[in-house]
Amino acid sequence: MAEVKTTREVVMNRAAIAAVFVALIVMLTPIYWIASTAFKPRSLATTVPPTVFFEPTLTPFAKLFVRRSQMREPVDQETYDAAPWWEQLIYDDGESVVRNRRSGEITPSGYWDRYKNSLIVSIISTFLAVSMGTLTAYGFSRFKVKGENDWLFFILSTRMLPPVVVAIPMFLMYRTVGLHDTHLGLIILYTAFNLSFSVWIMKGFIDEIPREYEEAALVDGYTRLQAFWKIVLPEALTGIAATAVFCFIIAWNEYAFALMMTNRNAQTAPPYIPSQVGSGLPDWSVIAAGAFLFLLPVAIFTFLLRNHLLRGMSFGAIRK
Amino acid sequence: MARIELANVQKFFGSVQVLKDVNLTIEDGEFVVMLGQSGCGKTTTLRAIAGLETVSSGTITIDGREVQDLKAGDRDIAFVFQSFSLYPHMTVEENIAFPLRAVSSSRAERESEVKEVARFLGIERLLSRRPSALSGGDMQRVAIGRALVRRPKALLMDEPIGALDAKLREQMRAEIKRLHIARNSTSVYVTHDQVEAMSLADRIVVMHNGVLQQVGAPDEVYLHPANLFVAQFVGSPVMNVADVAVEGAGTDALLRIGRAEGFRVPGGAVAHLNGAATKLGIRPEAVLLTREPGQGGIETETTNVEPLGSHDIVDVRIGGETLRARCESGFARGEGEKVWVSLDPERAHFFDAATGQSMRRAG
Ligand SMILES: Nc1ncnc2c1ncn2[C@@H]1O[C@H](COP(=O)(O)OP(=O)(O)OP(=O)(O)O)[C@@H](O)[C@H]1O
Ligand SMILES: [Mg+2]
Repeated sequence: MAEVKTTREVVMNRAAIAAVFVALIVMLTPIYWIASTAFKPRSLATTVPPTVFFEPTLTPFAKLFVRRSQMREPVDQETYDAAPWWEQLIYDDGESVVRNRRSGEITPSGYWDRYKNSLIVSIISTFLAVSMGTLTAYGFSRFKVKGENDWLFFILSTRMLPPVVVAIPMFLMYRTVGLHDTHLGLIILYTAFNLSFSVWIMKGFIDEIPREYEEAALVDGYTRLQAFWKIVLPEALTGIAATAVFCFIIAWNEYAFALMMTNRNAQTAPPYIPSQVGSGLPDWSVIAAGAFLFLLPVAIFTFLLRNHLLRGMSFGAIRK
Repeated sequence: MARIELANVQKFFGSVQVLKDVNLTIEDGEFVVMLGQSGCGKTTTLRAIAGLETVSSGTITIDGREVQDLKAGDRDIAFVFQSFSLYPHMTVEENIAFPLRAVSSSRAERESEVKEVARFLGIERLLSRRPSALSGGDMQRVAIGRALVRRPKALLMDEPIGALDAKLREQMRAEIKRLHIARNSTSVYVTHDQVEAMSLADRIVVMHNGVLQQVGAPDEVYLHPANLFVAQFVGSPVMNVADVAVEGAGTDALLRIGRAEGFRVPGGAVAHLNGAATKLGIRPEAVLLTREPGQGGIETETTNVEPLGSHDIVDVRIGGETLRARCESGFARGEGEKVWVSLDPERAHFFDAATGQSMRRAG
């Protein structure tokens, strides 16, 4: 289509593109920093000025997953040759893998457990928040609810106070009922936290789906639940995807509650990664490796749902 | 197929009464068109029959069974909606098959039913498409197919072709008529387009502010409107209406509009009026214009001419009122031309000035 553009429009267009580039650079720099540090040898991680060109190494990742100790004297050649490649990388840095005295098994560092906890807690709480939010939003959207606006405001208001304000009472309650340092505890917390967001966003999407869609199904002899399942859900998929991404990101990145409510068993990655800074001289490249791997699920999740997201961002732009 | 009966149906939305004592019987196999302005309650009536809206009081009977408390799905009725037509996430075939899946018929059965309906509507080649790839007309064909496929007791259509352009509407109108003749399904069809109503209906129901104004065959509604509202709502251009003084009776009477000279009409045409305050209603085709003074013609000038191709609408002024007359095209060229006006007394309507009800001659 031949569109006639005025000079003004062209200038505005270029300016917008330039602005996007600047924003992109600002936002991508920290990510580049983390990613590059994750592949740097320890000696290059903290140089001033920063090293830009270097030979990437997997040593930080090898170190990330196992417990290590500093070696007084270098390892003997025989043990070195017998060790797998990742262990050799650790030996190269003058450290050795801590093994169980009797069984000789490697002691894992705890990163993988924390990562698994993050996955469990985030996925389950996202699923719960989105599914409960969708049902609630459907109810608000389709039925006359007495005091509907008050309820909706109440739901939103749970998000208005900063989490730290409720952290101490929550902590005491959790300790009393035995939810402290459990997966269930964090899941409940994150679900509750995300629910208000999910209800509000989903209500916007469901409001956009014409009532006639379901009414047609009702006339055809479907029950309301069937109509919801077969008509509303597929039509709301875009909204569900967008909401899920946001809920997942919030749960995945949550730090304050995770720090306070967990310490070992159910601890997630966000409070664990910085806790490594404290022990001895910080090995920044290992911390960067941990942070880098931590970024991946959100990136992958968002990438998979990107088509839905793009459509969903224009909130409720449903084809009619 | 079924007979539908509405008795004393009332509907309130909060404190607003939308349906006021609606009584209507739709015979088996009949095509009834509900005609009325926007917001008069047409859709609400249809939704009440379908069970999508509860009624505040009154009964709805389908085939002798009271259904007002039944769920929509248990009434065995199909609905073509005003705004919605098809599910965007399903293909045309899935859309048409959707109602069949509710009654859990077998896959083979479904396929053959869908094929048959598609053949009947001439949309076989569209079956694998998505609704977004259809034209407006095809979309409505599929929507009607969706409604027909279950062989419901009755078919309710809420302005199914209201959103299409004029030419396509005309074509679809003919198709719907053909479809009704072939299937002979009891149908209630809502529209605010009177041409659609006239051409499709066995009977027209004219509705205004939630009250049924008149129920009757198209020609009856056109020729004998029950009240001023119907008179002015049905027919295009709108019927001329003016306050009129009736003078004298006997063999000759005078109909005087404003201060003008009176129209001379046979006394029998107005004898039943008894001199009450009256409004005269006369359709443009019953306002007769001539170039020469004839008997009873009143001399005046044209004030406006609307050429419409097949005929012209010519405005003249009589006693401070504008009368619109339907003339053959080219009758008058512009304003200010001298013409003589007379009325066809056989086609004059009289309405009670206070109530608006038609005052018809007995017999
Ligand atoms: N759910 C509702 N709540 C409140 N008022 C309603 C509701 N549905 C309809 N109404 C009102 O009832 C009246 C009749 O509405 P209805 O939809 O039956 O009109 P209609 O004749 O179909 O008009 P249109 O030609 O515009 O479709 C309108 O004044 C409308 O505002
Ligand atoms: Mg309507």
